[in-house]
Amino acid sequence: MHATAESGADDRGTAKEPVLQVPMAAFDRLAPISLWALTDGTITHAGPTLGKIVRQDLAGQDLFALFDFRQPRNLSTLEAIPPAGLRVLLRLRADPAIGFRGLALPIGGQVFMQLAAGVSLLEHLGAFALTAADFSPADLTSEILYLLEAQAAVLKQSRDLNRRLEEARARARKQALTDPLTGLWNRRAMLDLLETLIAARKPEPFALMQIDLDHFKRVNDTLGHAAGDHVLRQVADILQSETRREDLVARIGGDEFVLIFRSVTDPGDIDAIARRIIARLEEPIPFEGHECRISASIGTTFSQHYTHLDVDRLLEDADVATYASKRAGRGCHHIYSPRLREGGAAPPPERAS
Amino acid sequence: MHGLINYGLQKFFQAVHGEDVWSRIVARGHLPRDGFEPMLSYDDRLTDAMLAAAETELGERREGFLEDFGTFLVAHPLCRPVRRLLRFGGESYEDFLHSVEELGDRARLALPDLDLPQLVLEEAGAGRYAVRCRWCRPGFVPAIVGILRALADDYGALVLVEADKEARDGREGKIAVTLLDGTFASGRAFSLGVLREGSEAETG
Repeated sequence: MHATAESGADDRGTAKEPVLQVPMAAFDRLAPISLWALTDGTITHAGPTLGKIVRQDLAGQDLFALFDFRQPRNLSTLEAIPPAGLRVLLRLRADPAIGFRGLALPIGGQVFMQLAAGVSLLEHLGAFALTAADFSPADLTSEILYLLEAQAAVLKQSRDLNRRLEEARARARKQALTDPLTGLWNRRAMLDLLETLIAARKPEPFALMQIDLDHFKRVNDTLGHAAGDHVLRQVADILQSETRREDLVARIGGDEFVLIFRSVTDPGDIDAIARRIIARLEEPIPFEGHECRISASIGTTFSQHYTHLDVDRLLEDADVATYASKRAGRGCHHIYSPRLREGGAAPPPERAS
Repeated sequence: MHGLINYGLQKFFQAVHGEDVWSRIVARGHLPRDGFEPMLSYDDRLTDAMLAAAETELGERREGFLEDFGTFLVAHPLCRPVRRLLRFGGESYEDFLHSVEELGDRARLALPDLDLPQLVLEEAGAGRYAVRCRWCRPGFVPAIVGILRALADDYGALVLVEADKEARDGREGKIAVTLLDGTFASGRAFSLGVLREGSEAETG
């Protein structure tokens, strides 16, 4: 320790001249964000970095006109600063984001304030083109700025990673839930929706429609798989055009489809849709100079007919209704009722047609 | 290996040697088809496979392109954040040299699981220094040489940077740095704090 430091005893704070005999230029390196003021608030000297941040020459200005003291609230004189110093928080009146914290200490008849960037100022410091030379080497402000910047860079990378993972997940989910040939939903997606509808706290009524294509095997056997694939894509288009956005159209087997109509309870509406679908499916589908002719057997069950909803039961009942249509000669629609089960213990074997 | 390092190498091969070269390195080294993720960790063998594949594809031993990689980290616009974080080390090239020992700690402040080469500065006086490097991975000393050279340009300092010959392949190495003129050119501007785009002009 130097002799000057030892002679700078606490009790001599009221001496006429500063006790520490340090050239101001050197002192500015020690405390580049600091100021000296008379007890009436007139600033006599400011550290160079403080001047850069508030963007003006502070000497001669009124401290209280420039700064709003937040701690102690509304400080308006420096006369009562205790010899041991006073913790201060102040903000620039012209730009409240520019805030400082520090210690006010009476020295040699004036008040010295050693300051540091307040938290709100840290994120704005980039705007002041400061360099490491603007801070005391003992001040960790530049490390905080480094951390803020590093953290922002890392955060951006993490966000990018999350976005890419989310996209990959959405892609994988889409692949897992759709039928690659027709782009319709698959059996799993259909089961997912059924389970969701059933589990809903406030159940929404729906109609479950099963469609089995008739004579599709004949198209495949006589005109080949390319023709069969073409027909299936046409069927998918027709089914989608006969349903609304909120309904679900799924291909659950080779020539089996399931449609879920949400918030539909009127058997008349569903029967009209089924008939329209059959009519459109029976229109010849041209393929490479040939005409493919198919039809459909359709069966529907309604969720509101059950006191307890069960996925397997719903699917089985829609299947029973569909077999009833096949038994009735194909190309028609039945709505499930328990009577349909009495028509025969087991569904009759498919007739060749 | 931290994904950030693999990702950095990937960006280097893509930006400096081209996408074609990179896709051949991916195929030859059996690397992840979509490239590396900077925030994930990878088996060290993938890094080895990438460097071995790059040696074959570029027809060059790794010390050559790893030094270019070091330059890339400092000088390429894609690596702006890396350059900025390095420049936080100090006001002058000399300050930076004195901060290299903190580099690993600094990196860990940002990414706790990022393991970087340990650097120790030795001072021989009259502007002569030696940087000792040690890392768990062999053969990365040339990348440090590239960083030290490119940062000298960035600071506008005139320096000689030379790795000891025996250092080239090992896990440890010593790099001699001779500072001829700390303010030879004006260097590139640098200020603390997060900058607005374009506020840091090239001046030298």
